[in-house]
Amino acid sequence: MVTNDLFNSLYVFILAAFIGFEVIRKVSPLLHTPLMSLTNALDAIAVVGAIILAGERKSTLALVLGTIAIVAATSNIVGGFIITDRMLKMFKSSRTQKP
Amino acid sequence: MIPQTHLIEVTYIIAVVLFILSLKWLSSPATARHGVWAGEAGMLLAIIGTLLYNGIVDYKWIAIALVLGAIIGVPLGNVQMTAVPQRTALSHAFGALCVTLVGTAEYYLRTPNVPPFVMSVLSLEVILGGLTFTGSLMAAGKLQEVLPQRPITYKGQNFVNLGMLGIAIVLAVMLVHNPANTHLYPMMVGISLIFGVMMIVPIGGADMPTVISLLNSYAGLSAAAMGFVLNSKLLIVAGSLDGASGFILSVNMSKAMNRSFTNVLFGAFGQVQTAVAGAVEQRNVRSATPEEAAAILSAANKVVIVPGYGMAVAQAQHKVRELYDALTKRGIDVKFGIHPVAGRMPGHMNVLLAEADIPYDKLLDMDEINGELPQTDVALIIGANDVTNPAARTDASSPIYGMPILDVDKARTVMVIKRSMSPGFAGIDNPLYYLDNNLMLFGDAKQFVNSIVRELTGGGGH
Repeated sequence: MVTNDLFNSLYVFILAAFIGFEVIRKVSPLLHTPLMSLTNALDAIAVVGAIILAGERKSTLALVLGTIAIVAATSNIVGGFIITDRMLKMFKSSRTQKP
Repeated sequence: MIPQTHLIEVTYIIAVVLFILSLKWLSSPATARHGVWAGEAGMLLAIIGTLLYNGIVDYKWIAIALVLGAIIGVPLGNVQMTAVPQRTALSHAFGALCVTLVGTAEYYLRTPNVPPFVMSVLSLEVILGGLTFTGSLMAAGKLQEVLPQRPITYKGQNFVNLGMLGIAIVLAVMLVHNPANTHLYPMMVGISLIFGVMMIVPIGGADMPTVISLLNSYAGLSAAAMGFVLNSKLLIVAGSLDGASGFILSVNMSKAMNRSFTNVLFGAFGQVQTAVAGAVEQRNVRSATPEEAAAILSAANKVVIVPGYGMAVAQAQHKVRELYDALTKRGIDVKFGIHPVAGRMPGHMNVLLAEADIPYDKLLDMDEINGELPQTDVALIIGANDVTNPAARTDASSPIYGMPILDVDKARTVMVIKRSMSPGFAGIDNPLYYLDNNLMLFGDAKQFVNSIVRELTGGGGH
């Protein structure tokens, strides 16, 4: 069972890494800063692990560490999406821009 | 363990699809904002799905933590555009902190029944997470200039750093062998935290674009490792997307700085470049006044502006936009040539210029603009130095030899706005300034651009 999980996880990891390389290679260098802030926000999906840790409350240590981890990840989610959108809003083409 | 119930899994699968679409839509500025919405929707769905998990016995602390995180996140999302690099470094630190804490809690919950494979990825998770946490805090401190920006080096530094990393790995191996060795665990995490600090100590401000990208990659990989520990496909996907992104950006940045691939992987990009002493014989430098510069610009058909971080430091972006307007109004074709390391993080200069309302289709990257520079009448350099240094192409003894540069010397006339003749960040003399087609415009970037704009718009320029 454990080996099965391991190989499933490895497949997912390898496929996701390839998709990541292919998709991200196509991102224009214009948008590399928003790219980094967006992937950073998406990476904060680690919050789901922290929510379960804090919610299951299997030990006081798990509750404390889980709660701090939720705070850290949530601030990345909220801050990351806000700043990415603020940056992308500024990118205007000369064709659509009002004089 | 992440719950396996069907409904929750479905929300996770939809979230994964939305995350991939989110990055796909980021490929062009026209669709990029959809990417943010897709990301937000995926995130919301995954969080709601997780909250439905019936193993959760207590929602109080979750709710408090979510609210507190949002309260901290809002100001971090609203920083100035010049502060985006340090904000990004700080968010790498928060992401890594979350991963390290979850890994630590998992270890203490499961020990001593941790299978060797799980213990291996858990160690990888907390070592990467720990060093990214403190390393990113250091990077943020240097970028915010609360820590000294100049690199601090000492003898045997690489030996000490690699030694520490080695000890952390040995401790990890011992824990894999016997997870019940609970006293080894805090040592492993502690050494990773110290290693993160030591890793950033020798790195100077000019190397920050590479460092931030590398830390981004580490943060993603540690999250992917956490996915292995929790057997969560969602986390593995999100972590590998982030890791791949950081990796691609690190390679881009290292190419732009002419540093080798291994240099990036091992983070040994702090080598102090041997500054060439200014024993150059007095050569002729021609300079021009704002009036002369304005006259030359107004006679041009095609102008390329090359901005560097110096422009951002002088807060000259909005004056540059006025210059762009004044020249465009006269029917002159104006474009911007952006070197990959022009800002403090990948793509930073584009954001700063977009903020000043310069249309993105006028912002060209190095390869695009180098094809156009030979047909350019005037290349105007504002606050950039090393990235325009032709010695990188011609002088094998130069410390920056081989670094890809913007070929501004191929333009008919080059104008450089600069305070004085002092060499740039790397302390390297720039032969560009002595070329026959080069004119130095001595002064503060903001004031000088302003004077040129006044000449152009005041009607006295020609």
